[in-house]
Amino acid sequence: MTPILEVEQIQTFIGQYHILHDVSLQAEQGTITAMLGRNGAGKTTTLKSIMGLTPPQTGTIRFAGQRINGLRTFKIAQLGIGYVPEHRAIFRDLTVTEHLVLAERKRGDLRRRGDLIFSLFPDLQRLERLLGSQLSGGQQQMLAIARALVPETQLLLIDEPSEGLAPVIIEQMMRAITALSEHTTVVLVEQNFRMASAISQAYFMLDDGRTVDHGTMTALRANPQLIQRYLGAA
Amino acid sequence: MAVAAPPTIQAKPLRERLAPLVIPAVFVLIFATVLVVAPASWPKLITGILLPGLTLAAIYFMLSAGLSLIFGLMDVLNFAHGSLFMLGGYCAWTCNQWLDPAYPGHWPLTIASGNLRFIIGLVVGALVGAAVGSLIEISLIRPLYKRPIYQVLLTLGLVFVFDALVRTIPAWGSLSRAPIKPPMLTESLSLLGRRFPSYSLFLICLSVSLAVIIAVVLRRSRIGLTIRAGVQDSAMVEAMGINVRRVFTGVFGFGSGLAALGGAVAASFIGVYPEMGLEYQLFAFIVVVIGGLGSYSGAAAGALLIGLARTFSDHLVLETGLPTAIASASTVLVMAVVLLLKPGGIFNKN
Repeated sequence: MTPILEVEQIQTFIGQYHILHDVSLQAEQGTITAMLGRNGAGKTTTLKSIMGLTPPQTGTIRFAGQRINGLRTFKIAQLGIGYVPEHRAIFRDLTVTEHLVLAERKRGDLRRRGDLIFSLFPDLQRLERLLGSQLSGGQQQMLAIARALVPETQLLLIDEPSEGLAPVIIEQMMRAITALSEHTTVVLVEQNFRMASAISQAYFMLDDGRTVDHGTMTALRANPQLIQRYLGAA
Repeated sequence: MAVAAPPTIQAKPLRERLAPLVIPAVFVLIFATVLVVAPASWPKLITGILLPGLTLAAIYFMLSAGLSLIFGLMDVLNFAHGSLFMLGGYCAWTCNQWLDPAYPGHWPLTIASGNLRFIIGLVVGALVGAAVGSLIEISLIRPLYKRPIYQVLLTLGLVFVFDALVRTIPAWGSLSRAPIKPPMLTESLSLLGRRFPSYSLFLICLSVSLAVIIAVVLRRSRIGLTIRAGVQDSAMVEAMGINVRRVFTGVFGFGSGLAALGGAVAASFIGVYPEMGLEYQLFAFIVVVIGGLGSYSGAAAGALLIGLARTFSDHLVLETGLPTAIASASTVLVMAVVLLLKPGGIFNKN
């Protein structure tokens, strides 16, 4: 099976800083792939490079067989890639409903996808009239994922969904991401190794802007030295 | 997922909803106090301070609404915004003057009705402003979004370009041109036993209607939703599959058109002169800073505050014989006070 997302040897600069030196990764359709690595390893920049927010200078990124690096961000999103950024990027002054309406790409998207979204995150229905700034961290995270699911999405890039959340909320988030992976491929950046290893099938290990290792999650769990070496904790 | 709702849900929106009413409330309070202390002064208060203040506020609003939205959405501080105000003014004045069959050396095409000339002037002014604004965004600002300092220098440079342009065009020149009022708005009305120019009332009504229409569009339409979201995080809006650059051009053009319309209506009130752009832009910047950079409601509230403060202090200087410098300094003084109390401006939530 060909992967839905293929990143090949990209190099990305932000201003004068060389952030990604040699990052490659693939995500198979219908799976959850985790991108692991320490702080500053280049995980967030890799997601931003895929989205065209920090376009890579060399290398190629293919989505469903089509080369997407060089396209503008909104075009990349329109191909069916949903993006849930670090810190969620919830609009402070927009209500929950307004977030979802804004995310519609075609008229009626929300009606078509509403059932899926509200079955994953039933709480959002109750919060419809609240502003982004009035939501808790967990609610904002749900909204950020829901917003990315409103249009037809084949690939979802999620950056640090567990960041700053209470353990009980993290559990709920894990269940929701597992459930939504039945509908879309997920690439997950996660510091919380326990969460990442529990829900993803494959992993890519980043260190200092390079992909240093990859394989199945089962293999990684059996290799504590590797985890110790790149993540510093088992 | 059963996540407990934050307990402050009820308190916050109420406070936020009341915030826009604070400034009008303060003014009502001041006026009420004056009325109680000196009941006989109220016709003078209304036609001498309140209405002239609102007239100024109307012009300031048209200039600052676009300035604030443009800054909020694209982080561009457009120093040439006043130049578009001036350009609009000159376009309107030209239509009023050169389409007039009674004017020696009029254009081959003339329009007999002064009222129609006036309306055409407003439309032409606004359209030229919007077109020039969009062109500036596409050709000059767009390549510089990643280099904000260059943008400031660029728009500052444009001020000189427009100034030179106006002085070079023979029909415009360096001299100040007297205002041409449309016949339908030349009369002054009798209000509370005093005279008040009908043109000022027209200015106030136009500005208030525009403010309401824009507010409704921002609140209720999809494009308004996109703009409000873009003001907060334009990169995220783009990552949701929306062509933010096109929204940028649209808002820049709209803001420029609004400024030019402001200049066009001001032209029949204050006349036109090359320095008018810079002169009014200074107030627009003060208005925008007071209201909170990037906030539309802030621009409206700030315009109201500065317009009234200006006429109030003018009046005070006239009545008490204080040095006139106080009147000029009053707006900056208001800004200083507001910024001491709320460093980010009245409507800034950061």
